[in-house]
Amino acid sequence: MRMNVSKLNFFYGAKQALFDISLGIATNKVTALIGPSGCGKSTLLRTLNRMHETVRSSRLEGEILLDGQDILSQDVTQLRRRVGMVFQRPNPFPKSIFDNVAYGLRINGTKLPMAEAVEKSLRHAALWDEVKDQLHKSAYDLSGGQQQRLCIARALAVEPEVLLLDEPCSALDPISTAKIEELLVSLKDFCTITIVTHNMQQAARVSDFTAFLLTGQLIEFSPTPHLFTTPADPRTEAYITGRFG
Amino acid sequence: MNNRLRWRKFVSNFMLTMTGVCAVVAVSVLFFILGYLVYHGGTSINWNFFTKLPAPVGESGGGMANAIVGNAKLLLLAALIGVPIGFMGAIYLAEFSGSSVAFVVRYAADLLNGVPSIVIGIFAYSLAVLPFKHFSTLAGGLALGVMMVPITLRSTEEFLRAVPRALREGAMALGASKSKTIATVIVPAAYRGILTAILLAFARVAGETAPLLFTAFGSRFWSPGWNQPTASLPVMIFTYAIAPYEDWHRQAWAAGLVLLGLILVINILARAILARGIAVPRS
Amino acid sequence: MATTTTTAPGAGPFAGSRSFISKLRDGDEIARLITFLFAASVVLVTVLLVYELWVESALPRHKFGLHFLITKVWDPNLDQFGALPFIYGTLVTAAVSLLLAVPLGIGAAIFLAELAPAQISDILEFFIDLLAAVPSVIYGLLGVFIVIPLMREYIQPGLKNTLGFLPFFQGPTYGVGFLTAGIVLAIMVIPYIISVSREVLLSVPRDQREAALALGATRWESTWKVVVPFARTGIMGSIFLALARALGETMAVTMVIGNTPTISASLFSPGYSIAAVIANEFTEATGDVYLQSLIELGLVLFLLTFILNGLARLLIVATSQRGSGVGQA
Repeated sequence: MRMNVSKLNFFYGAKQALFDISLGIATNKVTALIGPSGCGKSTLLRTLNRMHETVRSSRLEGEILLDGQDILSQDVTQLRRRVGMVFQRPNPFPKSIFDNVAYGLRINGTKLPMAEAVEKSLRHAALWDEVKDQLHKSAYDLSGGQQQRLCIARALAVEPEVLLLDEPCSALDPISTAKIEELLVSLKDFCTITIVTHNMQQAARVSDFTAFLLTGQLIEFSPTPHLFTTPADPRTEAYITGRFG
Repeated sequence: MNNRLRWRKFVSNFMLTMTGVCAVVAVSVLFFILGYLVYHGGTSINWNFFTKLPAPVGESGGGMANAIVGNAKLLLLAALIGVPIGFMGAIYLAEFSGSSVAFVVRYAADLLNGVPSIVIGIFAYSLAVLPFKHFSTLAGGLALGVMMVPITLRSTEEFLRAVPRALREGAMALGASKSKTIATVIVPAAYRGILTAILLAFARVAGETAPLLFTAFGSRFWSPGWNQPTASLPVMIFTYAIAPYEDWHRQAWAAGLVLLGLILVINILARAILARGIAVPRS
Repeated sequence: MATTTTTAPGAGPFAGSRSFISKLRDGDEIARLITFLFAASVVLVTVLLVYELWVESALPRHKFGLHFLITKVWDPNLDQFGALPFIYGTLVTAAVSLLLAVPLGIGAAIFLAELAPAQISDILEFFIDLLAAVPSVIYGLLGVFIVIPLMREYIQPGLKNTLGFLPFFQGPTYGVGFLTAGIVLAIMVIPYIISVSREVLLSVPRDQREAALALGATRWESTWKVVVPFARTGIMGSIFLALARALGETMAVTMVIGNTPTISASLFSPGYSIAAVIANEFTEATGDVYLQSLIELGLVLFLLTFILNGLARLLIVATSQRGSGVGQA
């Protein structure tokens, strides 16, 4: 297990959002978090790189381990280099394509020469061929799907061990979505992937393990084929057969 | 933690602390100003200050009664000019006008708003002093009124626009004409914002000195009527502060305290009115 | 719904414009007309202002032409009127004020927008807004009695001792001068920089900041390298606004600048600004050329602030349309 969550309870002020969550994120596999709106899947994802700390009233109890070490006692800046994140809507910086990918490298330092490192990331994000001649154009000139792949490249540039994706395709068209899904499967070799999605078919296509959450609780967590064909919990079955949410 | 990371964290904490220092410095200026005014001017505020005329040059005692009355007259005139034009003009912009006319009017208002106050003074001088060959309260009031117009206009327009469509349409669906809707529904709905706009514009011109220097000019006596030069607090502060008499300096501090106190009270009042306004959503 | 028909009494020649008459009855046309007149008066006043400035400065414009702007000498006794010392003083004091106010202002805005909890940020902003409401003559009062002695006793000698090798900090230290005026102006324009920059920074989308943090940036790095650049056009706009304010500022400047039409590299030197000379000499001006030269100076000032304000507004509007290309398919 690359990451381990134990007995996680999460609060926004007085309101509890996650109840006693325990699961493991398998190394070099894709783990999907699914569930209806408001079930806490994004909240859970954001604890994995301590992004919840940007909200003042948030409070966390329990343990989250990365490679056996408690992430809560580590330096957060270092943690976020090891656990990267891609957001729901593409959010490239108002800089050139090159500078977007290079941003993380410039801050954290890199062993490779900058141009090589940028190319490597863009290749991993399956964007290189489309942008190699326009690296100095503004990132905003790209289409939505390209911008999201740019954000993936940007996150990959610092070579994270884990990549968190929060509904990365929900703002994109079907073709861009398909490209990104292909990409995620190929990235498994480099890093561990955790993806939040409200699209069950996507989870079924892309992930190796799936966790189903409902109103802040982890209902079921098992290998994807198993969860989707023979779910153990009736609530899981109700959700995946579309009876609610 | 490697050295580079340690350095970056140090820089981060240092710079963020510095921004806090900047904020504290900026805000503390306000308290310094108030502090000095109270310290230097507080003792000189007495009954004399409010009721006596300025004493002859070199003599002590005396007050600023004529300046206070003069200010009041000037501000009254300013409001008589600034408020109707601003208010009515805003109604036109928000309710009646087409977009090209609106653009021109708004552009003119913004332009006027950006004109330095001393240039407004020149304008009022050429309109109201030059033709009559003497300074007057009227000219001063005109200058201040012209300054009030754009502030009142733009703010009032925004508050009128912020009144939700649903309210207007409700009134019109009941058969109310446009002007009736404006008078009975829209303006009442926006009244808090409009009042705030007027108060803030008022506070802004209350402290203006430059445009009065060659319109109302100044006086050491009462100035009956509207056609004579008149004293005003800001001009008195200016005159007294640069003069060599200790007594005058003390009075300048006192006048400064009174003037600033008035302006701050109006400002706080205006914001309090707006803060309690829940009927009008902010645009 | 039944349609209401209104027939104008004595329809006759107005039969075809029945709707106009009935609208008149409703009061709508009248209301439209009246409010239009008020709105139009705003435009009228503005046009009139520019017209008056132009016409009332005719004499010196014809006599000196554009040389007015570059002539160094201002001597009313000899009928010599040159605007250069005043333009110089106006620009120098504005530049000094920005050099001081911009870092402080942007720093404070960053604190208010990024670091302070929302309530504290609002309270502090409230105080900053009050600061913006303090009239110029009060700043002048403090300038005369607090800042000038401070400059004369401590700051100017201090600067002279440490940085006296620079031409800016040489010469006799009277307490008044370009530097003093610049400092007072800086205090006056900081609130403008802070409130506009704060708003602009607050409007930067959250996910920009989060993207930077998620890459392992420190808080400062995410603020300085991502959020601030995102908002840079709006911040530039706030600086232009502050500059326009500094250029037109009259009372505080005239009370501390020394009121001498000099051009000097030394910041300790007394000087003069356009607004200050108009304020001081307008009522003493003898003769038409003198007076109209002062009015021409007013015209110059008007043009300067007009251009700056226009640019400022463009920049602030440009920021609010920023980032509209993000996430578009």
